[in-house]
Amino acid sequence: MTTCRVKSVGIAAPGLAGWAASAPVLAGTVAYLPAAETPYAPALLPPNERRRATAAVRQAFRAAEDAIGPGSDPQALASVFASSDGDMTVLHRICEALAGEPRVISPTDFHNSVHNAASGYWSIAAQCMRPTTTLAAFDASFIVGMLEAAALVRDLDADVLLVAYDAVAPAPLREKRPLTLAASVALVLGPAAAASPGSVSIQIGAGDETGCTGVLEALRLGNPALRALPLLELIARGRAGEVTLRGTGELRVRLRYSP
Amino acid sequence: MKPLVVSSFTVTSAVGRGRAAHLDALLRECTGLTEQRFEDSALACWIGKVDGVESVVLPKELAAFDCRNNRLAEITLAQDGFIETIAKARARYGATRIGVFVGTSTSGVRQTEIAYRERKTLRSEVLPEWFDYHATQSTSSIAEFTRLRLELDGITSAVSAACASSAKVFASAARAIEAGFCDAAVVGGVDSLCLTTLYGFNALQLVSTEICRPADADRKGLSLGEAGGFALLERASASGALACLGVGETSDAHHMSQPRPDGAGAAAAMRAALGSFDRARVSYINLHGTATPANDSAEDAAVISHFGTDVPCSSTKGWTGHTLGAAGIVEAGISLLVIENGFLPRSLNTRLRDPKLKAAVLLDARRASVDCVLSNSFGFGGTNCAVLFGRVP
Repeated sequence: MTTCRVKSVGIAAPGLAGWAASAPVLAGTVAYLPAAETPYAPALLPPNERRRATAAVRQAFRAAEDAIGPGSDPQALASVFASSDGDMTVLHRICEALAGEPRVISPTDFHNSVHNAASGYWSIAAQCMRPTTTLAAFDASFIVGMLEAAALVRDLDADVLLVAYDAVAPAPLREKRPLTLAASVALVLGPAAAASPGSVSIQIGAGDETGCTGVLEALRLGNPALRALPLLELIARGRAGEVTLRGTGELRVRLRYSP
Repeated sequence: MKPLVVSSFTVTSAVGRGRAAHLDALLRECTGLTEQRFEDSALACWIGKVDGVESVVLPKELAAFDCRNNRLAEITLAQDGFIETIAKARARYGATRIGVFVGTSTSGVRQTEIAYRERKTLRSEVLPEWFDYHATQSTSSIAEFTRLRLELDGITSAVSAACASSAKVFASAARAIEAGFCDAAVVGGVDSLCLTTLYGFNALQLVSTEICRPADADRKGLSLGEAGGFALLERASASGALACLGVGETSDAHHMSQPRPDGAGAAAAMRAALGSFDRARVSYINLHGTATPANDSAEDAAVISHFGTDVPCSSTKGWTGHTLGAAGIVEAGISLLVIENGFLPRSLNTRLRDPKLKAAVLLDARRASVDCVLSNSFGFGGTNCAVLFGRVP
């Protein structure tokens, strides 16, 4: 079992715009109101990079900047970025260009096509040279990212920013990978003893996956980042409890939250 | 970090299949690069293509995963007794206690390129029925294929940090073992040729029309290659066994596709990989050495800032080409062969060493007693990783 402290939370999804507004919704004290996400201009990015950043990168920044908030120092944070599909719009443009003549790929599209684009832009924005890694585990990307981040907290004995994000899939890829809503979740995790205030203890195990109720269940299933919602509900309610998230294959991960 | 034993490893690249083929090609100084066009690419350049990938057949129950990248994985997993080694480890640890960490940059994108081409030819709105996004295109496909092929059910992650991907798997695996998420780990990396990277690196004007010449005064860029590699990592017990002794990861925080000219991020990664280790024990540095003007000069600055100008070093991309997300694991394999067999490979295809580079780039191969080897891998997004290999003390 490994334990870490949840120091702050960020979220960006339709109807869940920022942690401050979303926590009461996830706690069940305020009704969920559907709302389309508005365009987002990352505050930390220099103008050149902001111009080039893709939708997926902006989506990652939206939750990350929400979790960082004023007063904390992004330069000091190691990071883990977890995304199932990166930016499928860039993938679409490149494959479309390669299918026709002349085959010309934009250099910006090419460097934006790497799965670690968000991590790269983030390190530039935060002027952060700390370790960062980027991983994918399809619909289990959030929990595999959480395991990596918790292991990194332990390894460095320092705070780590975890950002899980996926953008929407464009046609014709959407029929093959129906990602129809953009979402991102960010957690700043730090070292902690088991059962200390605000901590999450993580254990590999079996068990039934925890879901959400009502409209939140549709959101949870609509984007790999939102597989985090059962954990975020516990945090928002400020109550002790345990949830089980689905990992890769038959693997399940139990998360026990102590407020 | 605590040393992790590399109990088994295997690599496939343009020079051949398996450990023996790589050792032989390294000693005979025989490149795997050839001047040829990949599929219907119009680009004239040298590439490191693995022969026979086209005719590989995946096991029937994994047929959905069929694509060039997973075929290259299949070739690699099936050689050097790797599957048999993992079967024994599975019996020892249990399938759920062995993690799987596989690096890739483009996974099965070649399959998506083919699907888009067919859609264009048929003037169709939709992608072909046969195209399986999850099992081929998705970044996680290669990790999932590896896990299923090895009949494992531990924590499984596709690490995708461009050309540092399969160096960083050593860090992720070490952390996961340390945190107790698994007891042992299969690490690896697979990246296969595709039009995306061929045309993409061309758009950035980083591909040489000649064979790549790392550290050469007249270097004109990289040659792309494809490769796969896997290793089994376990907690150290027996002293003297081949081992991963340290990993360092940093970011440049500078530019998405160009390295920091002063190499400060790369130097910090090398420092972190060494930790408290005496740097005098590093017998050889396997450079990232892509043969682009910017990479080789930034890496040179990084090497001399930490090691001075005496430690022998070379890039082995003159043999394999730049295998992108597989470069880390291929060069890990080469580093382990160097330690096992006591030789230092030269910088293949290099004619005149760039006088502006100050590190001790080897122009001739050498027999040597090798203690530790440091292997560098850097990637887009300014990501840097260095891995230290040696023997368990």
